[in-house]
Amino acid sequence: MPLSLLKYGLRNRHVSFNDIPPTPELKPSYDVVILGGGGHGLAAAYYLSHVHGIRDVAVLEKGYLAGGNTARNTTVVRSNYMTEPSVRFYKEAVKLYETMSEDLGFNIMFSQRGQLTLAHSEATLRSFHLRAEMGKHMGTRIEVVDPKTVAEICPLLNLDMGGQHEVLGGLWHEDGGTARHDAVAWGYAKRAAERGVEIHQRTEVTGFEKNGNRVTHVKTNRGKIAAGQVLQAAGGLNGHVAGLAGIRLPIRCFPLQAMVTQPLKPFLDTLISSANLHTYILQSSRGELVIGGGSDPYQLASTRSTLDQKEHLAEGALHLFPFLHKVKLLRQWAGITDMTPDYSPVMGASPLENYWLDCGWGTWGFKATPVAGKYMAETVARGRVSDILKPFDLQRFEKFELLNEMGATAASH
Amino acid sequence: MKLLTCPVNGTRNITEFQYLGPVRAASAEDPGELTEALFFAENPLGVLTEWWRHTPSNTVFIAERHTVTDEILATYLPSRKPD
Ligand SMILES: Cc1cc2nc3c(=O)[nH]c(=O)nc-3n(C[C@H](O)[C@H](O)[C@H](O)COP(=O)(O)OP(=O)(O)OC[C@H]3O[C@@H](n4cnc5c(N)ncnc54)[C@H](O)[C@@H]3O)c2cc1C
Repeated sequence: MPLSLLKYGLRNRHVSFNDIPPTPELKPSYDVVILGGGGHGLAAAYYLSHVHGIRDVAVLEKGYLAGGNTARNTTVVRSNYMTEPSVRFYKEAVKLYETMSEDLGFNIMFSQRGQLTLAHSEATLRSFHLRAEMGKHMGTRIEVVDPKTVAEICPLLNLDMGGQHEVLGGLWHEDGGTARHDAVAWGYAKRAAERGVEIHQRTEVTGFEKNGNRVTHVKTNRGKIAAGQVLQAAGGLNGHVAGLAGIRLPIRCFPLQAMVTQPLKPFLDTLISSANLHTYILQSSRGELVIGGGSDPYQLASTRSTLDQKEHLAEGALHLFPFLHKVKLLRQWAGITDMTPDYSPVMGASPLENYWLDCGWGTWGFKATPVAGKYMAETVARGRVSDILKPFDLQRFEKFELLNEMGATAASH
Repeated sequence: MKLLTCPVNGTRNITEFQYLGPVRAASAEDPGELTEALFFAENPLGVLTEWWRHTPSNTVFIAERHTVTDEILATYLPSRKPD
């Protein structure tokens, strides 16, 4: 390998290459039309074209590739959820991340350095025991640790002994990590495009034509196309896109805000999260501290930020690491999240026969990119919802079979 | 600082208020509308009529706010809806 690299470096004629081909003309029809060119839509396109031999696929993206929440998330990948269906699902997500760079031949920089969630109250500690037992039962690496162990895992953390936010314990999840979000989307896009999947950027879905219980055509700002099957993965605007097809989803839009600091020398090699402070913090491979995830207190379909949320995140970060008080912020942003009532996604069938949902990913869907893509592709290819997805069905609300993940999601994504 | 006008106490910093969610068309009292009332809340790209509470004075009122521009168009007490 190094020798070929040397030869490549010394050669003077370099052939330039594009990871993603430019947007082609729209064809009149496709076997599968995917709405939304974020990580989820692209992963599904990859699995359709590589595993199921379905290559006549168009991914429609109204903006630029993966410029929605895939570009805006804080890259946390973990499986320490509360309910059995969730842990089973997210455990497979983590497993797929472990081999993704090799599987795609595209470096997604998965860094599995463990996530430590802190308890500052007895109630939080009790919920940790519940999550740890479920996680162990499902075969993930997770345990409740005492403050001494917290200090060993993260020596620079402020335990606030005797203070208002004293650390009473932690939930140590060794399987947790981060991955390069853009690379995940680009890796899937590149490999899907190689198999003939068309990626249409700046192509906005504006409506549908239906015949009885089926969608026949997808209308876009670039014209109308016929669709055999439709897969919706439109991120924050999922509620509205489904509405265009006449489907009601239990979704409300809230902005989620995050920020990064100037780069520092590496000092933090785990992901730290606090449920009580509604803050989590991690150090990126560039040395920047990524600080998230403040959800706005009221509904909004906008990516504007607020000083209130940024102050709140800064306050949380300073509680955890007071020595950061002179560090400057470098960037800050928000994404529109499609929040469901139980903090679990809506995946699977819709009231329409050939219209499939990969929605309601709210503040927690980056980690699910590979596994949702894998099973949504399987579902579309077979015309039958995969078993692992069944608990996440839209029908669960009518049956009062909710999958409550609020406690495992609210601050740790 | 984002400002919100309480119909009783006047214009205040929005951090003094608690969001109580959209005014619901569906009623949880009606068994046929229960699922709708519990889980399928209003989420328009446009003007949303919603409940707010001014926390220090415990004044509960209604605001009409645009969910894309975040512009607050009107606030009033539930008993005094303007024409
Ligand atoms: C600040 C922040 C931090 C987060 N942190 C984490 C985290 O640490 N870990 C985690 O697991 N999750 C996290 N999330 C959540 C995660 O980012 C999302 O759940 C995930 O990226 C969703 O992927 P997606 O492909 O479904 O949606 P997106 O990446 O949003 O893609 C959907 C695409 O659909 C397009 N689209 C919308 N409407 C139309 C239309 N009408 N026509 C055509 N295209 C359309 C959009 O432009 C968009 O590109 C975070 C989110 C935010 C905002």
